[in-house]
Amino acid sequence: MNRKIRVLVAKPGLDGHDRGALVIAQTLRDRGMEVIYTGLRQSAAQIAQTAIQEDVDVIGLSSLSGAHKSLFPKVMEELRKREAEDIPVIGGGVIPEEDIQFLLDHGIQRIFTPGTPMTAVADFIEEKVQGDSV
Amino acid sequence: MSEHFTEQKKIWEQQSEKVKERFPERKDPFTNLSGIPIEPLYVPQNESNYDDYAEKLGFPGQYPFTRGIQPTMYRNRFWTMRQYAGFGSAKETNERFRYLLDQGQTGLSVAFDLPTQIGYDSDDSMAEGEVGKVGVAIDSLEDMEILLDQIPLDKVSTSMTINAPASVLLCMYIAVAEKQGVPKEKITGTIQNDILKEYIARGTYIYPPKPSMRLITNIFEYCRDNVPKFNTISISGYHIREAGSTAVQEAAFTIADGLAYVDAALESGLEIDEFAPRLAFFFNAHNNFFEEVAKFRAARRVWADLMKNKYKAQNEKSWRLRFHTQTGGSTLTAQQPDNNIVRVALQALSAVMGGTQSLHTNSRDEALALPTEESARIALRTQQIIAHESGVADTVDPLAGSYYVEQMTDEVEKQIREYLDKIEDMGGAVQAVEEGYMQREIHQAAYEAQKRIESKEDIIVGMNEFTTDEETHADLLKVDEKLEQEQIERLGEIRANRDQQLVDERLRDLKEAAEDPNENLMPHILACVKAYVTVGEICHTMRDVFGEYTGA
Repeated sequence: MNRKIRVLVAKPGLDGHDRGALVIAQTLRDRGMEVIYTGLRQSAAQIAQTAIQEDVDVIGLSSLSGAHKSLFPKVMEELRKREAEDIPVIGGGVIPEEDIQFLLDHGIQRIFTPGTPMTAVADFIEEKVQGDSV
Repeated sequence: MSEHFTEQKKIWEQQSEKVKERFPERKDPFTNLSGIPIEPLYVPQNESNYDDYAEKLGFPGQYPFTRGIQPTMYRNRFWTMRQYAGFGSAKETNERFRYLLDQGQTGLSVAFDLPTQIGYDSDDSMAEGEVGKVGVAIDSLEDMEILLDQIPLDKVSTSMTINAPASVLLCMYIAVAEKQGVPKEKITGTIQNDILKEYIARGTYIYPPKPSMRLITNIFEYCRDNVPKFNTISISGYHIREAGSTAVQEAAFTIADGLAYVDAALESGLEIDEFAPRLAFFFNAHNNFFEEVAKFRAARRVWADLMKNKYKAQNEKSWRLRFHTQTGGSTLTAQQPDNNIVRVALQALSAVMGGTQSLHTNSRDEALALPTEESARIALRTQQIIAHESGVADTVDPLAGSYYVEQMTDEVEKQIREYLDKIEDMGGAVQAVEEGYMQREIHQAAYEAQKRIESKEDIIVGMNEFTTDEETHADLLKVDEKLEQEQIERLGEIRANRDQQLVDERLRDLKEAAEDPNENLMPHILACVKAYVTVGEICHTMRDVFGEYTGA
């Protein structure tokens, strides 16, 4: 690895719960990654645009408002429009089990639900990025 | 004998008698199962402790209110059991409200969806996917009429978790009450209306701090003259705690925010006793039982001191920190969700031991979704069991005099005051928020807490210890995906059927009023909502004048 892993942590939609996103961001920084946090109320287009500008390796989406089934696929669509669908996207938040398959079918790589250790998220990102770069 | 003590005792006896005339004691006599009589209040038995007692604890209902803000607390009346509810359409939420009232709930608490809370109509592109998700969607007065249908607003008090557009929703509530024949002087309830904690922790802000503070003082002033029984603000530590703060930070930052509102109101020309009696607070209850009890008692003592001695309030009602409590959402686990019932019971007990005025108990499934009707019922039953079966409400402040609780109360108070001094040195809460100070403190505490969980220094039963192979969660509440489209269609009909000329006129008038910083916006907003101008239209008009907040 020549460069640090770059991660975009994003809050799509109107949800204001950012405790999880902020804690994840700091955990990833402590693991030596570079983390860009978007702040609240980002549109899908803004998130895709930022991901490309910042040349990130992974995008992490956080939603606790129940709007994930509408918002996460929209981010995927905006990435595709910009031919950036190769950037892996992961998600987390209050997401019922029964919605997970739907999100995976829309191209999200992995959904982390409440209670997941932060280290598991960091491990997943490292494996994903290093695996892809081999 | 201590004079101070004797005098306080006399006042307490007189005040207790007065309460009894209005609300007789729940039982006569109070005894436990062994037949031992239970006194309304226990005080030190040793006279040498009287002076110290009178100064630091005092009698309930008297300064410094350590033991509670009413002389008899729950001997006569329990706290208000108030479950926060709302999802989907106004009609569905109305049905849930009427169900909860039938089940013995004594007050309403409305959850609004995010578009409503941030001032977007359901058909705004920003609202896509969010309509009716975390609460009920309210676009126009018609939605509010449906929401409150058949609920007698002269009898039921309603708490509304609404902040940036609090003025708009309060005006809608007033308008519906008037249609029911209930004058605005008679309605009771609370609007959250606490914008500072939105910047700090909760995220549903719209405008920058200055115009936001103006809207808040406009509401104080309007309600003083027109809606005297409504709590004009609920200064909230709840969300600060959920965002990761410690118990001390929760109390300290909330009180600091409270002082900022007091300062803003004084600056706008109000007198302290004209608005301070209508200030209410909202705290969290997490798992560390005695820490929570100490926090509630310390917060009361600090606020009373500040109002009486620093702000020179004369009316005793201005000194009283009245508060609602909700149990801690972030303490609930998605794993083994039934365990959450026990957590909620312990947390609720700490709120009762801390002297809360009203209480929301969370449902076991809230780490997974909004609660089902069954989960919501168990949550309410939890409060009812504490009230009716445990006996903890039979005497006032039963933990007083415990060496541990009293010393913990003193220590929490000391640490609250240290934070308050620090924030004052920074120029007050508004300044501290703008600099991101509280946000950073909270985030640091949240990160440390997470690390303690991951290292298993802190055990969370069912999550990082005592785990089972994961079960699947049946029976979660799902909000109908069709709802968004239906709400948008109804909104289209309202727009088509109203008097558009009147709407335009009202909005022009609102804009002019917003541009004049000396104008109170409330009458203008009330005129708007009566003409079926929508939440989004009103908020967009003010956005055009005030601008939008974009983060510290």
